[in-house]
Amino acid sequence: MDQGIIGSIFTVVVFVAFIGVCWWAFSGRNKKRFDEAANLPFADEPTTNEQNEKRES
Amino acid sequence: MSDTSQVTPDYNYKVVRQFTIMTIIWGIVGMAVGLLIAAQLFAPALNFDVPWLTYSRLRPLHTNAVIFAFGGCALFATSYYIVQRTCQVRLFSDKLAAFTFWGWQAVIVLAAITLPLGITSSKEYAELEWPIDILIALVWVAYIINFFGTLVIRKVSHIYVANWFLGAFMLTVAVLHIGNSMALPVSFTKSYSIYAGAVDAMMQWWYGHNAVGFFLTAGFLGMMYYFVPKQAGRPVYSYRLSVVHFWALISLYIWAGPHHLHYTALPDWTQSLGMVMSLILFVPSWGGMINGIMTLSGAWHKLRTDPVLRFLIVSLSFYGMSTFEGPMMSIKTVNALSHYTDWTVGHVHSGALGWVAMVSIGSVYHLIPILFGQKGMYSTKLVNVHFWLATIGVVLYIVAMWMSGVLQGLMWRAVNEDGTLTYSFVESLEASYPFYVVRFIGGVFVVAGMLVMAYNTYRTVRAPKGSFASADAAAQAA
Repeated sequence: MDQGIIGSIFTVVVFVAFIGVCWWAFSGRNKKRFDEAANLPFADEPTTNEQNEKRES
Repeated sequence: MSDTSQVTPDYNYKVVRQFTIMTIIWGIVGMAVGLLIAAQLFAPALNFDVPWLTYSRLRPLHTNAVIFAFGGCALFATSYYIVQRTCQVRLFSDKLAAFTFWGWQAVIVLAAITLPLGITSSKEYAELEWPIDILIALVWVAYIINFFGTLVIRKVSHIYVANWFLGAFMLTVAVLHIGNSMALPVSFTKSYSIYAGAVDAMMQWWYGHNAVGFFLTAGFLGMMYYFVPKQAGRPVYSYRLSVVHFWALISLYIWAGPHHLHYTALPDWTQSLGMVMSLILFVPSWGGMINGIMTLSGAWHKLRTDPVLRFLIVSLSFYGMSTFEGPMMSIKTVNALSHYTDWTVGHVHSGALGWVAMVSIGSVYHLIPILFGQKGMYSTKLVNVHFWLATIGVVLYIVAMWMSGVLQGLMWRAVNEDGTLTYSFVESLEASYPFYVVRFIGGVFVVAGMLVMAYNTYRTVRAPKGSFASADAAAQAA
């Protein structure tokens, strides 16, 4: 295989992987778990339950 | 599982405290050494004809101190803090934590002794000789075990995105450090790299640029993804964007190294690959910057009263600026002008002082009150003073280096009609003198800011617990 072919395959693989990551990140199926994860910095504060609800609304 | 989290676990704050305090101390030391060598560039007599005070020996001491001592301690402190808080569990091992602290301090002290003595492997940002390299590797493996061990025993189901960035930073730095430092020792203090020629250069900048990409970027992005939301009191603007940001950033950065070797013996296609990857890197970098800054969307007023938040947000602005500048400089034709000039030095410092130092300082100001049982710092006013000292210092520094760099690049490439050079090197050096003085003044501002921080921290730490109100409350009272 010459360098051009390897370069082309690499480009296609990386492109497909990127589309895959975007699809995974923005699919509706994962919305809930990502929203939960986004609130983790506040989850270990006993006082923030109320604030969390405000944030999610 | 979130219902079990209402009782705060007994976190290991001791190691976080130790690293946080050392961040400030090494920051002052590293930046003060930088100030001395900046002064030597316009007043060479300041090396006092003492070999271990010469520019050539102190420059690697400066870079190692600010990157690995100041930046490294900031990363250790914040990663140990973030992983515990977002996993809601105590660190995997207190013993390993203590080993990483004392081991890392030993590495720093050994660097501070060996580099001025001229003991060096002469690989940029990897100057330390092989016995110290082995100690670094041991400490780093302990760090990785402790961090990932904590992730394994976490009490929540998700791994917060900051931990992804921190984990990637740790794993990649291990691979980079061990890969690049491979050497054959000939004595206790001297070794030779196993790589030679263009391969050595390629390995060196694969390491060198990923020291920037993973040590100075991915790690600090982890810091950003925790402390910006925390200080702003709201979750990150888009968690989904942060996921794409993570994968895009780590898969692109690793290829960007060859842009340090444009127009060298490195194969042409490798240079072009490095350039293209560096250009694409602009996209995830700005995605991350926008994600961080937009976290404040709807809460911009907080910037008026909270200097800690100001540090964090301005650091992101500098991050955006230097990650725009970097891809531009990686274009071969631009690089032909900028390479080997002060423009590069200015670029590095807009990243290092503007982004890395400011996001660390903001995070440390967030941490100190929590770690030492206060609601706020001794003086919010002094935090604000520090903010302006740092900002003015960085701007003076960068602008001076831009002007000096472009001037050098233009003078070096100017040719007469008969093909001879228009200017000698010494003429370009003389032209840079005024800018070196301005750069030094910028540095004085930055170091002064760090001293203000040290004083503020000292007063906060020494005061009885609960003495100071939070910045919000103080602002309302005033």
